[in-house]
Amino acid sequence: MLPGFPDAQPVAGLVGGVLIGLAAALMLLGAGRIAGVSGILARGTGIARGDMAMTSAWGFIVGLPLGALAIRSGFDWEPATFASWPVLIVAGLLVGFGTRMGSGCTSGHGVCGVSRLSQRSIVATASFMAAGIATVFVLSLVGD
Amino acid sequence: MSFARRLLPPLVSGLLFGAGLTVSGMTDPQRVRGFLDVFGDWDPTLAFVMGGAVIVMAVAWTIQSRMRTPMFGAKFSLPDRKDLDGRLIAGSVLFGIGWGIAGLCPGPAIAALALSPISVLPFIGAMLAGMLLQKITMERKVIRP
Repeated sequence: MLPGFPDAQPVAGLVGGVLIGLAAALMLLGAGRIAGVSGILARGTGIARGDMAMTSAWGFIVGLPLGALAIRSGFDWEPATFASWPVLIVAGLLVGFGTRMGSGCTSGHGVCGVSRLSQRSIVATASFMAAGIATVFVLSLVGD
Repeated sequence: MSFARRLLPPLVSGLLFGAGLTVSGMTDPQRVRGFLDVFGDWDPTLAFVMGGAVIVMAVAWTIQSRMRTPMFGAKFSLPDRKDLDGRLIAGSVLFGIGWGIAGLCPGPAIAALALSPISVLPFIGAMLAGMLLQKITMERKVIRP
């Protein structure tokens, strides 16, 4: 599909990206909010305070797996491979701590903030991308 | 009506978001780590996902700038901070390290609950614990007179 990158899925990526953009646009224009998953999750679980209604927060949270299910149901698909539980727990702690400390994740900063040309979100996105790239590189050196 | 107005726009947004993450393969940690593996076997798919989402949202922001109130809500409730601080960068770096280790960020992890629940549950549990830990250790204490 993409010359030089036999595993890449540019069309599926673009279609999925447009769906994510429409999702974030509906949250912005419909509900007047940023579709930031880490923030909404913190709000829904009561970890963060905010003025978002619990009904709204949980509507969004529950929608995520339902949307995934809607795509997969009726098709054969291969389950993805995940890291071992201890690795997932270490990674989860870092992701939870870091997204709250940095006020957002891939959705809030990466999609909503970058498209708004927010300086904070552009810096945050560059920071987590660089850290992710460095982490994968270092882990590849030690044999992953 | 009020309940439906609070529930439905975020629910449909979540459905579209989860569908988009799944269509684009972002619920597969190997594909996400492939994108971060720029010095190895690079998989640029995530760049197309981000590109598609950012283009649609750039249009949405120009529409938003001409609206007084959201379609189904009383007011816009949007971040307005402009300052850069150490917390923003340090927090994002910690998040990026976790993202690189597991190939998971919050959205795909929650969406994958429908696909690989046993695999993502420990990640989600640890992520919520990490959020709580951040709140306990870093949130400013309220001093009562």
